[in-house]
Amino acid sequence: MVELSINGKKITAEEGEALLKIALREGFVIPTLCYHELLGSSGRCRLCVVEVHDSGRKRVVASCLYPAKEGIEVFTDSDEVKLVRRTVLELLLARNPSAELIQALAKQHGVTEVRYTPDQDKGKCILCNLCVRCCKDIVGVSALGMSGKGPLKKVGPPFDEPAETCIGCGACVVICPTGHIVMEEEKGVRTVWQKKFELATCPKCKRYHFPLFQLEWISKTRKIPMEELMVCEDCR
Amino acid sequence: MALSLEHLDTITSAVNAKEKAFEKIVRVCCGTGCITSGANRVFESLVKAVDSGGLASRILVKKTGCHGLCERGPIVMLGKDEILYQSVGKRDVAADVDLLLKTVTEGKIADALLFKVAGKKEKFVSPLDIPFYKGQKRIVLSMNGVINPEEIDDYIAHGGYRAPFRAFQMSPEEIIDSVTKSGLRGRGGGGFLTGKKWRSARAARGSLKYVLANGDEGDPGAFMDRSLMEGNPHAIIEGMIIGGYAIGSKQGYIYVRDEYPLAVSRLSKAIDQARSYGMLGQNVFGSGFDFDVEIYRGGGAFVCGESTALMSSLEGKSGEPRDKYVHTVEQGLWDKPTNLNNVETWANVPHIVNNGLGWYTSIGTKQSKGTKIFSLVGKVNNTGLIEVPMGITLREIIFELGGGIRGKRQFKAVQTGGPSGGCIPAQYLDMQVDFDSLTSIGSMMGSGGMIVMDERNCMVDVARYFLRFLTEESCGKCTPCREGTRRMYEIVDRICKGEGKIEDLLHLEELGKALQWGAICGLGQSAPNPVLSTIRYFSDEYKAHIIEGRCPAGVCKEITTFSIVEEKCTGCMRCSAECPMGAIVGEKKEPQKIDDLRCITCGICYDVCPFDAIKIG
Amino acid sequence: MEVDKNKLDEIILKYARDKAHLLAIFQDVQKEYRYLPKEAVKHICMRLGMPQVDGFEVATFYKSLSLKPRGKHTIHVCLGTACHLKGGADVLLSFVRELNVKTGETTADGEFTLESVNCLGACALAPLVRVDDKDFGKTSLTKVRNIISEFTDHH
Repeated sequence: MVELSINGKKITAEEGEALLKIALREGFVIPTLCYHELLGSSGRCRLCVVEVHDSGRKRVVASCLYPAKEGIEVFTDSDEVKLVRRTVLELLLARNPSAELIQALAKQHGVTEVRYTPDQDKGKCILCNLCVRCCKDIVGVSALGMSGKGPLKKVGPPFDEPAETCIGCGACVVICPTGHIVMEEEKGVRTVWQKKFELATCPKCKRYHFPLFQLEWISKTRKIPMEELMVCEDCR
Repeated sequence: MALSLEHLDTITSAVNAKEKAFEKIVRVCCGTGCITSGANRVFESLVKAVDSGGLASRILVKKTGCHGLCERGPIVMLGKDEILYQSVGKRDVAADVDLLLKTVTEGKIADALLFKVAGKKEKFVSPLDIPFYKGQKRIVLSMNGVINPEEIDDYIAHGGYRAPFRAFQMSPEEIIDSVTKSGLRGRGGGGFLTGKKWRSARAARGSLKYVLANGDEGDPGAFMDRSLMEGNPHAIIEGMIIGGYAIGSKQGYIYVRDEYPLAVSRLSKAIDQARSYGMLGQNVFGSGFDFDVEIYRGGGAFVCGESTALMSSLEGKSGEPRDKYVHTVEQGLWDKPTNLNNVETWANVPHIVNNGLGWYTSIGTKQSKGTKIFSLVGKVNNTGLIEVPMGITLREIIFELGGGIRGKRQFKAVQTGGPSGGCIPAQYLDMQVDFDSLTSIGSMMGSGGMIVMDERNCMVDVARYFLRFLTEESCGKCTPCREGTRRMYEIVDRICKGEGKIEDLLHLEELGKALQWGAICGLGQSAPNPVLSTIRYFSDEYKAHIIEGRCPAGVCKEITTFSIVEEKCTGCMRCSAECPMGAIVGEKKEPQKIDDLRCITCGICYDVCPFDAIKIG
Repeated sequence: MEVDKNKLDEIILKYARDKAHLLAIFQDVQKEYRYLPKEAVKHICMRLGMPQVDGFEVATFYKSLSLKPRGKHTIHVCLGTACHLKGGADVLLSFVRELNVKTGETTADGEFTLESVNCLGACALAPLVRVDDKDFGKTSLTKVRNIISEFTDHH
């Protein structure tokens, strides 16, 4: 256990624990975008930055990754922190002008104008990488990934084609913080990341539920017979 | 049988005896620069001519590594610092080869091939007299241009591979102590105390540790590491063996950027030869210690010069850096303790071990010991690589070694530290060059790139250049760098095009600060340096662009025109001869005229006009 | 594009099926085919037991790799600092004009791919142009035409 302070308040925590977790637990408010309880820390968005004074050295660090150490002083709202947050949000608003979440966060953190020409081609994707991690670590099919570098960096299925391993589960849609990823359903067909999935019909209530492809995948990987899976979750 | 000092001495005697038997040794530089200028052809022709002339027992023709005087290549050296010939074979290979042979057989010095500075009469025979070489202190580069980098015996004969024997007599702690006391600081740009890094790596928990050599040299304008890796690869291997032993690592990797194919092949050959002599592999140097080195090629990503990105690349992934809240000496490659040093840093180690602390600490300044290799390029008369003691002034480098500014132009600025560094104006020419002094004025030493600029370089354009570079090379992981570099580029681009606003300057400073604090790695954190340093020292130039819509240097095309001043034009037509677009028309001896529709504003006419008859508007 | 799976397996074996050498494997494949075919990436990922997204990420991260077919000759115009200051951008524009091709793309006849590269390390000879593995120093705008014809005559 180590002793540190956040905004002057003395706190005890496990050595090495991420400052973000400690701060949230203690009731401090730190905005995040690319952090998720189930998927851990990425350090990409830089919205969660805090100022740390460690052995006489002042740094601005990503609180989702910085480990708790004995004697450090943490400040969640210093001028430098506010500058980085405002800058991140103004830049993201320029990149994703239609993203409601970013609009709200920007307003909340004092961004009153966007001094850049807004992009038109990035949709609402902030490159938080949550969809990629979710598809890999929770679902386990790795149908999404990052490609390119710098300004050309983007997220999507490999080779920009419908992913062979995608099971159409829609987890990425749920986890995406801005709603960039969309899933459409029409006449028993679900389309996500340009891949079409025929939806299974529940033999009991006759309604569409999961994609057949997803059920087949669950059947194969978890050794559950298809007949069981065909029955929708409500009817089971 | 394990390798012994006696063994090395035997090799040394054999090489020396062989070389002594010749009347003259002729060394042809075959570094990348000289090869581009035709050195391979010169070498082959010379060997043929020596053979057919029956001189094979009198003249030894040797291929050597990069000298550093690349612009004047192919460079040929006769004897030990006796005669240096430049541009050999540039115009006529056969004729120049003939001149070379006559120098040896008849003692006739080929005046046409001697080193001289443009516009000056003086010619130099011995390289020791040439200002470019006279001002240098070549330690790390001592064997470049002397040995054949593809022959390990040559390296041994010139003192190579003795240091590990000395090192294995010491304890690892003693070596680390020695390196620390030497004051050696990282030559890749960080300037971190090497001994301190080694100590942390040694102390880190775990038995599996790695030593890495950073040969990624991505700074545009810098080619020190290329020259070292091509011209003396064994120096790096020798340093890594000592470092591996000191830290407790059995495995080293040298990461070489993809754009240096010759460096990759020279290093590979060197490693094979070292292995065959028992210097790499098991029980190296008979020490009981195992150590081996492997080469990795980069993929054309500047960001992979950053330590954590390099390690990610070594793991077969993309080169995305990570935050260094836990240091790589504790968790680096494959999460194991890793010690990364630049290739030039590694090459310093054998010299420290061989010559001792007293010698090493006598060179340099209080906080920056030893020498540094710089690539002096741009608008100086003598461009190339120089190795100088820390503490030499910028003025000495640029005006003595560099021979001053080319043509009739004036010094305007020198850019150091590559895309992470800044531009230094004339007021600091008498500053002593070392790590801390450069940082104190808003630049940094970086890997050693030193780009000299004159009044025909626009500092706003220079800032734009670096921002374009960094935008492209950003890995894209973090918001501040990925979005911030391209937005900074857009602002400076607008200023270059005459569409800037006065608020832009404060905006750039604010955005710059946010990147310095918010970006994950050194690329993003130092990305604002070029633009911030040019705003600091050349704000008048920015204001001219913004307020007057004018580029004083005549570089920014959208707001520059070139026109001929009729009263001064003599109709010599030098400009129209050089114009790549055929955009200058006029009769001989009559004033010329530039066709604006064809003109691409390259400025070549302005630069070649002998009568100052072209004006920038 | 049909890839020779045996050739690919040979290359993978050369690197002991080690995922850490993915970049080197891709570079060797690119040497064979003059670019990195999508099918090759898929096969390699399958052999190495890695998801396709990881292979695609690496293949698109490194500038030296190209998923698009390249021309018979690749022209790299250096845009390093020294080259930029000596007119590298104008050299690039000359190639664009002479070859009627955009940077990063291949001429219609498949002869030349034009790329820019951020420093070849031959700064004293700026501006630099590298065509395949041959370097040209001090490339003036007039030399551009000579370089193109040198590689158009030899097939």
